[in-house]
Amino acid sequence: MKTCLVVDDSSVVRKIARRILEGLEFEVTEAEDGSKALEVCQHKLPDAVLLDWNMPVMDGFEFMGHMRRLPGGDQPKVVFCTTENNVAHIAQALSGGANEYIMKPFDKDIIADKFAEVGLIPVGQAMV
Amino acid sequence: MTPTEYEYLRKFLRDHSGLDLSADKQYLIESRLLPLARKAGISGIGELVQKLQGAGSGALVTSVVEAMTTNETFFFRDKVPFDHFRDTIMPEIIKARAGRRSVRIWCAAGSTGQEPYSLAMSLKEMGAALTGWRVEIIATDLSQEVLEKAKAGIYSQFEVQRGLPIQMLMKYFKQTGETWQINPELRAMIQHRQLNLLHDFAQLGTFDVIFCRNVLIYFDQDTKINIFNRLARQIEGDGFLVLGAAETVVGLTDTFRPIPERRGLYKPNDARAAAAKPALAGAAPRVAVMAGR
Ligand SMILES: C[S@@+](CC[C@H](N)C(=O)[O-])C[C@H]1O[C@@H](n2cnc3c(N)ncnc32)[C@H](O)[C@@H]1O
Repeated sequence: MKTCLVVDDSSVVRKIARRILEGLEFEVTEAEDGSKALEVCQHKLPDAVLLDWNMPVMDGFEFMGHMRRLPGGDQPKVVFCTTENNVAHIAQALSGGANEYIMKPFDKDIIADKFAEVGLIPVGQAMV
Repeated sequence: MTPTEYEYLRKFLRDHSGLDLSADKQYLIESRLLPLARKAGISGIGELVQKLQGAGSGALVTSVVEAMTTNETFFFRDKVPFDHFRDTIMPEIIKARAGRRSVRIWCAAGSTGQEPYSLAMSLKEMGAALTGWRVEIIATDLSQEVLEKAKAGIYSQFEVQRGLPIQMLMKYFKQTGETWQINPELRAMIQHRQLNLLHDFAQLGTFDVIFCRNVLIYFDQDTKINIFNRLARQIEGDGFLVLGAAETVVGLTDTFRPIPERRGLYKPNDARAAAAKPALAGAAPRVAVMAGR
């Protein structure tokens, strides 16, 4: 089973994301900010990170920089999932090492499409 | 709705758009047509049927037919056909048309434009391989409403997140507030036209590639066969037909044959005489000459 770390300071968003990702057969762990997420990653890197941008303590962009420098940290697929929906933020995320980018609000179809796009799930699964 | 009214509407839709409703789709009719009736100040399905039967109901006919179409579509829908387009179809065409360096593509039910624009983006991504080529993409649909949207090329944040890789969004779209508009250069590659597949389409000329996806599923068997046979006349002998995931020619016609291991791809069967087909009638064809990078 593939693993996905959901990083978001809203417990509601984490819960919705968890339900969707478990439906796509991911084993889900949660973190409420970038620094907690980094602790999780130092212990064990997930296959995927669904990553909010604005969070207290450490934001998603800073977290991604730290995670990418961990041994094997280039492996996880990072999918941003944020209300930051402008070109400048998207460009910054992509050049900082993000694989995909979701502009909130999101739903199951969008997550499935984006995860299929980066090869985390087979394409067919996005259609169900 | 009375059984007589339902039967009238079933036949009406089959005649006008090919839509083949089974005997139990009353709920579908009601959910699509009651809001339309209300807006037009019509009391219910009964009165709507009367109006359709009456003379001079042209605008109403159009809006009823359009309201009953399903326009759902995504960028790079099902992904695989677009991989085939890039890896199988275009490489063959580029080789076969190296002399005349032009390609004609038809999206036969293009809906709100995601499918033709996905093809346009794929072609752009091919870069140097197509430099100097004349590329013509014709996107047709029955519904005027979806064509208007396709022409504008403006999509909601939700729509640009269905099937479109983020890199392509960044590369080929411009953000304006909450919406995203596809770049003028890509818009210029596509010619949008209203066309009912039940009617004659010989005037469109001959194509190297025809995408006809997720529209024949709504039609009955005879209509499908009839359309396949007419599509076969508009496709080059070495051209490609691309169907939707739930569609096939198998068991319906031998004018096309499936390409093994390329799901959704079909080739015309007979080497039909290359009878010169008339070029596009009406509006001057919109031909994009691919620029180098
Ligand atoms: C479900 S969409 C498919 C869009 C796109 N090809 C795709 O696969 O995503 C079906 C489209 O077929 C159009 N359509 C329905 N009946 C038609 C007809 N008789 N002639 C032309 N288009 C038709 C509808 O208006 C609608 O936009």
